[in-house]
Amino acid sequence: MKVDHSLPLEYSTEENQLKILGFWIFIGAEIMLFATLFATYFTLENRTGNGPTGAEIFEIAPVILETILLLTSSFTIGLGVHAMRLGRKKAMMGFFIVTLVLGLGFLGVEIFEFMTYAHEGAGIQTSAFTSILLTTLGTHGAHVTVGLFWGLFILIQVKKRGLTPETGNKSFIFSLYWHFLDVVWIFIFSFIYLKGLL
Amino acid sequence: MEFFERFAIPHPSIAIYASMVAAGLTLIAVLAGLTYFKKWGYLWREWITTVDHKRIGIMYLISALLMLFRGGVDAIMMRAQLAVPDNKLLDSQHYNEIFTTHGVVMILFMAMPFIIFFMNFVIPLQIGARDVAFPRLNALSFWLFFMGAMLFNISFMVGGSPDAGWTSYFPLADTDSVGTNYYMIAIQIAGIGTLMTGINFMTTILKMRAPGMTLMKMPMFTWSAFIANVIIVFAFPVLTVALAFGTMDQLFGTQFFTLDNGGMAMLWANLFWVWGHPEVYILILPAFGIYSEIISTFSKRNLYGYKSMVASMVLISVLSFVVWAHHFFTMGQGAMANSIFSITTMAIAVPTGVKIFNWILTLWKGKIEFTTPMLYSILFIPLFTLGGVTGVMLAMSAADYQYHNTMFLVAHFHNVIIPGVVFAMLAGLTYYWPKMFGFMLNERIGKWTAWLLSIGFLLAFMPMYVTGLDGQARRMYTYSESTGFGPMNMVSFVGAAIMAIGFVLIVYNIYYSVRYASRDISADPWDARTLEWATHTPVPHYNFAITPEVASSEAYWDYKKKNHELYKGDYEKIHMPNNSGIPFVMSCIFFGWGFSLIFSLWIPAIITTIGIFVCMTLRSFEKDHGHYVSVKEIEDTESELRGA
Ligand code: HEM
Ligand SMILES: [Cu+2]
Repeated sequence: MKVDHSLPLEYSTEENQLKILGFWIFIGAEIMLFATLFATYFTLENRTGNGPTGAEIFEIAPVILETILLLTSSFTIGLGVHAMRLGRKKAMMGFFIVTLVLGLGFLGVEIFEFMTYAHEGAGIQTSAFTSILLTTLGTHGAHVTVGLFWGLFILIQVKKRGLTPETGNKSFIFSLYWHFLDVVWIFIFSFIYLKGLL
Repeated sequence: MEFFERFAIPHPSIAIYASMVAAGLTLIAVLAGLTYFKKWGYLWREWITTVDHKRIGIMYLISALLMLFRGGVDAIMMRAQLAVPDNKLLDSQHYNEIFTTHGVVMILFMAMPFIIFFMNFVIPLQIGARDVAFPRLNALSFWLFFMGAMLFNISFMVGGSPDAGWTSYFPLADTDSVGTNYYMIAIQIAGIGTLMTGINFMTTILKMRAPGMTLMKMPMFTWSAFIANVIIVFAFPVLTVALAFGTMDQLFGTQFFTLDNGGMAMLWANLFWVWGHPEVYILILPAFGIYSEIISTFSKRNLYGYKSMVASMVLISVLSFVVWAHHFFTMGQGAMANSIFSITTMAIAVPTGVKIFNWILTLWKGKIEFTTPMLYSILFIPLFTLGGVTGVMLAMSAADYQYHNTMFLVAHFHNVIIPGVVFAMLAGLTYYWPKMFGFMLNERIGKWTAWLLSIGFLLAFMPMYVTGLDGQARRMYTYSESTGFGPMNMVSFVGAAIMAIGFVLIVYNIYYSVRYASRDISADPWDARTLEWATHTPVPHYNFAITPEVASSEAYWDYKKKNHELYKGDYEKIHMPNNSGIPFVMSCIFFGWGFSLIFSLWIPAIITTIGIFVCMTLRSFEKDHGHYVSVKEIEDTESELRGA
């Protein structure tokens, strides 16, 4: 593999450039996936059958907490990538660990939130509204879960193999993924929770 | 006992038992043959673990041809059932299952892999690349498609097939049978593979073109495939979500498409067609690309109106996303919506017309050579245009109240899909055959096939326009004598039988040519114009010893006729990816996962889910940088290929 040192680590080989472009296209597909979920959400939002409505079950406090956790993690992973470009392996790993811990925290709050919903009689089978609500949130949550494992594997590789064009590329792509989940969350926050609470 | 009842066939018939025996015998024969000839190792090393785009392409081709016969047998059975009034050959349940599996198999497991075969085999060669961007992902795409197809195909032997049509509208599809589960999950698995194909080829085409090949110098097939892949990337996620909703309704009791608790059956129809209509353009655009290559090669002339060809395809791809509701004009969406979708639908005829004129003008000014691929391409133009005209008829929403759900519709879409897509596949198959296997298919048998298919097609489908306008409904397993549909349907059956002979002739042609065709052909037997013909036959695994340099969309023609230099510089070592067993193993696990979900076997479902994650983890930690082909090896291969 030819390595071009004039470029940032993650872009420094041809293979790396291919992977980054491929990942952007993958994100394009993911946007369509979430767009479909949102479109369905808007269609089924008021079709609550005998179940509760959004205004009845949404609570602002945990949602704000989730938002803060996820937004911060997006910031720390940015710092991690910055550290990586400076070649500072320890700092990079530190920021990635913080990111993953924040992600874990997000997931914890979300699981707690789902349990409250179930408690209040808003299970996934209750109505079309709860089905799409929990599916949309669950899809995002599942993405975060996968991200936690993925990030962990990358950390182990960076630790063992150091910052190479390959691990650098993986870390960078993972950061794109993580930012993307953050963007999706902002949409969930605004168009599901805030809209539902208003 | 309860356990086995789940896997039993709900509506067994002689035909099903016979096909089970046939499938079993074939399987035993294949396994025994592989063991007897000691081919297991060869199969594993050279094919199952391969990441070579050419071999993956050929595997797509074989699957597509097999599925063509599966779908074809369904078609013949339906036509036989309808050939005379009040026929008792099939009962209504069996008929429902057959038109459903016919539709799904033909569109998703026959036409799609056939198109993807062309993309795999042709694109890297046509853009002067060594392989696709992500060779291993490509193998995974293939195996996922294959396992999805196999899962769908065992449905009639284990548990029962889906029976709600290939559109699987709810609540029609919402039954206790496992058929709908098969539909949702098998298509899901294959669909994930297709989505990855889309990502892979978009990246390949954007990033891996030979030096000098700007976007506006790409050969037309590559352009068409590029646009098809963009559509894949945008349309398939919608299908993924729709199928996931359907699966959850079936397995976990969610309320997306139910009739109470707020569920909305029309939501399925919308999501399905937001994917489904672009899907037909995923099929037709690469078919157009193939016709463009063939028409320009055998007119001995560059394609007329290159830029308008590209522009029209871009326009078609955009329009394809805004017409979906023409599939349910009659389901009460209001006059305003109907008018809008009516107009956008008709608008597609304009760019399509542009393309037809371009082909005609290419022919007009060209020196035409009547080879088999060219014969298909010339037959395509009038036959497809006819289908286009009836399409515009259907696009008039007010008139659609008359034709909708009649045989008129069935005639229309077969009229665009058979001359449009199937003929292109057969033309392209004949055209690329020598590049794949080093000998030509027999021209005389090939032309017979083309004529038989065309005549059979006309006999099979033209009567349906007539009976459709007379009110013969689609998806009805029988009709009474008094309707007077009998004679026309008999003609249809004869036409279908003639088509069947045509398809059998293709197999015979392959057999005949394997035995008798000359192996002494050049790498460029058609005197073609684009880069895929500029390398040897058989194509070495690294495709091009030296990366070609390009200055026009017909670089190879310029090389032959205008002294354009293709290969500059010396041999250098070439980087190639390593084979891998993970895509196959992972797809097998996916098969098990799908099967477990279909029958709600939760423990195996959990185990296979973990298995899939383990495979992904292994892949994440794997260190694999491929290998290099040395200069010495390139020299040896090249001189051997030149000598042969
Ligand atoms: C080769 C000759 C073929 C014949 C004789 C044939 C015949 C038929 C018949 C009789 C039906 C059912 C009509 C009804 O009762 O509703 C049907 C439906 C259908 N066919 Fe074909 N077909 C052929 C090829 C194809 C091909 C090549 C494709 C696609 C690539 C295709 C796609 C479909 C689809 C999507 C349906 C609709 C199924 C449904 O209603 O859900 N067919 N065909
Ligand atoms: Cu359509």
